[in-house]
Amino acid sequence: MKLIIAIIKPFKLEEVKDALANIGVEGMTVTEVKGFGRQKGHTEIYRGSEYTVDFLPKIKIEIAVNDELVSKTVEAVVKAAKTGKIGDGKVFVLLLNDVIRIRTDERGDAAI
Amino acid sequence: MDDFHHTMNLSLFNPRWTALAVLAVSLSSPPVPAAEAAPTIDQRVAALEAYVRNSDPGTSLTGVPGPGHNGWMMTASALVLFMTLPGLALFYGGLVRRKNVLSVLAQCLGLAGLVSILWWVFGYSFVFGTSFGSGFLGGREFLFFEGVTSAPNTHYAHWVSHNVFAIYQLMFAIITPALIVGAIAERLKFSALLLFMTLWMLVVYFPLAHMIWGATGWMNGVWNPAAAVKAIDFAGGTVVHMSSGWSALILCLIVGPRIGFGREKMAPHSMVLCMVGTAMLWVGWYGFNAGSALAADGIAANAFTTTTIAAAVACFTWGMIEKIFRGNASILGFCSGVVAGLVVVTPAAGFITTTGAVIIGVLAGTVPYFFITKIKARFGYDDALDTFGIHAVGGTLGAFLTGLLATGAVNGNLAAGAGLTNGLAGLVTAGGLWHEQLKAIAITLLLSVLATAVIGTILKHTIGLRPIPENERQGLDLTEHGEEGYID
Repeated sequence: MKLIIAIIKPFKLEEVKDALANIGVEGMTVTEVKGFGRQKGHTEIYRGSEYTVDFLPKIKIEIAVNDELVSKTVEAVVKAAKTGKIGDGKVFVLLLNDVIRIRTDERGDAAI
Repeated sequence: MDDFHHTMNLSLFNPRWTALAVLAVSLSSPPVPAAEAAPTIDQRVAALEAYVRNSDPGTSLTGVPGPGHNGWMMTASALVLFMTLPGLALFYGGLVRRKNVLSVLAQCLGLAGLVSILWWVFGYSFVFGTSFGSGFLGGREFLFFEGVTSAPNTHYAHWVSHNVFAIYQLMFAIITPALIVGAIAERLKFSALLLFMTLWMLVVYFPLAHMIWGATGWMNGVWNPAAAVKAIDFAGGTVVHMSSGWSALILCLIVGPRIGFGREKMAPHSMVLCMVGTAMLWVGWYGFNAGSALAADGIAANAFTTTTIAAAVACFTWGMIEKIFRGNASILGFCSGVVAGLVVVTPAAGFITTTGAVIIGVLAGTVPYFFITKIKARFGYDDALDTFGIHAVGGTLGAFLTGLLATGAVNGNLAAGAGLTNGLAGLVTAGGLWHEQLKAIAITLLLSVLATAVIGTILKHTIGLRPIPENERQGLDLTEHGEEGYID
C-alpha cells in the first residue's frame, strides 16, 4: 500500500478527480494549502507599495491505494495536472504501513 | 409654528436642560413678525416665483420652508452621511489588514457620534452663527441648537429649514475628521483619536468652516460683501479636503510609522470592501456637491453634472496610467481615481462647465497618482491609506483650479450680490481669482499644519497616541474594541 500526496494547481482539481475516478480510485482527501517551489511567489502592487507574496494557493490531494494501482494513479495525476508551465506541482509516493476502516475494523488492502 | 416648537422643547427637557434652554433663549430672542396687511395677489405670485428661482420670497411666505428644497436637502444630508457610514468606513476598512478592520469602523462610528454632539452644543453656532461679528468664528446664538427650527435661516437659504440646513452641514463636519483616520490607521489609541478630534474640530474645522462658509466669513467671497479674501469653495475643497489632508500628514509624522512599516506586508485585506465603499462615496458625493447648492436648482444640476464627469474621467485616467506604465489597471487604481476626481471637483462643482470638469478629471487622475507612487516612496512617511496623497494634494489642486475654471456663466452668484461689493465678480471676469484662491490655500494649510502639530505633540507627551507595541501587533480590533472582524 502507498500513500500518494499530490500538490497541484487549484484549477486542475476537477480534471485530476475525474481522471482518478476513471481508473477506479474510490476515495481521496483534498485540502487547500499554500506553498512555493521553484515557481516562487508573485508581486502585488497597491498604489505605491509593492509586496512579494511567497506562498501561492495550491491543492493537496491525499490518496491511499493498493500497490497494483500506484503507477496508474501517479500517471493519471501527472497527466491531468500538467500544464507544462512552472508551478504545476509535485507528487510524493509514501510507504503506507496500515489502513483501518473505522466502521468495520477491516485492516490493510481490504480497508482501502 | 414657533409656539409649537417651544412647547415641544420644554416638555422634552428635564429641569436642568430647561434652565439651559432658557439661558440660550435669552441670548437670542426670535424675531416677532409685525402684524401686516394681507399680501396682494401679486406679492403671493412673486413669492411663488421666488420659490422656483430660489430667491427671497419678500412679504408673502417669509419664514416658510419650501417643500421641494427641504425634500432635496434631507435627501442630500442622508447621502452625505452615507459617504461616511458606511462609504468611507468600508473604503478605509478594506484597505487595512484584517486585524484592524473594526478599528476603522469604530473610528468612523465614534466620530459620527462625537461630532454630532459637538455640533449641537457649539459647533454649528461657531460655524454658522454671526453674533461675534467676526470673520473667524461665528457666534453663540445657536448654542444647543437654540432657534434652529424648521423656519429657514435666510443668511444661508430662503427655502431650506434651518434645522435641515444645520443637519446637512453636520454631515460635512462628520466626514472631515473621519478622512484623517486614513493616515493614522492601524496604530492610534481610540481614546487618543477621540481627544485629538475634539480639539481639532474646535481649533481647525469650526473656525475654518466659518471663514469660508459663514455669513460673516473672512474668506467667504460669494456671500460676504465684506470678505477680505475673495475666495470661493463650493462644497469644501479647503474646509474638508485640504484641512483633513494636511492635518493627516502632520499627524502621521507625529504618530510615526506602523510597526513593521516597509518590512512587512501591509496589503489591503479586502479590495472588495474597498470597491463597495468607493462606489458608496461616489453616490453619496452627489449629496455633498449637488446638495451644496442648497436647492434643487440650476446650480445643483450643474454641480451634479460636473461631479459625474470629473469622477468618471479621473477613474479612467488613473486606471489607464497604471495599465500603460505598470501593465495592470488595478481596482485600487480605479477606486483612487474616483475619489481623487471627486475631491478635486468638490470646490469647483457649482462654478465650472463640463469642459472644466474634464480638465479636473485628467489632473485628478495624474497628480495624486504621482504623489502617491513617487513622492511618498521618496520621503517614506507612513500615510497608511493615502489621506494626504489624495485629499491634501487633490484638495489643494482643486482649490487652485477653481480659481482658473470658475465662470459666472454657470453660476450667477459669482457675478452678483456680495461679489459685486467685495470685488469677486470683477476677479471672476478679469481672471485674477486664482490669487485669492492661493491666499485661501495658504491660510488653510497653515492653520491645519500648525494646529495639528501643536495638538498632536501635546497629546503625544501627555496621554500618548499609540497603543503598546504588543497590542498594535495583535491588532486594534481585539485590543481596543474586544471584537474580531471575521470569525472563521
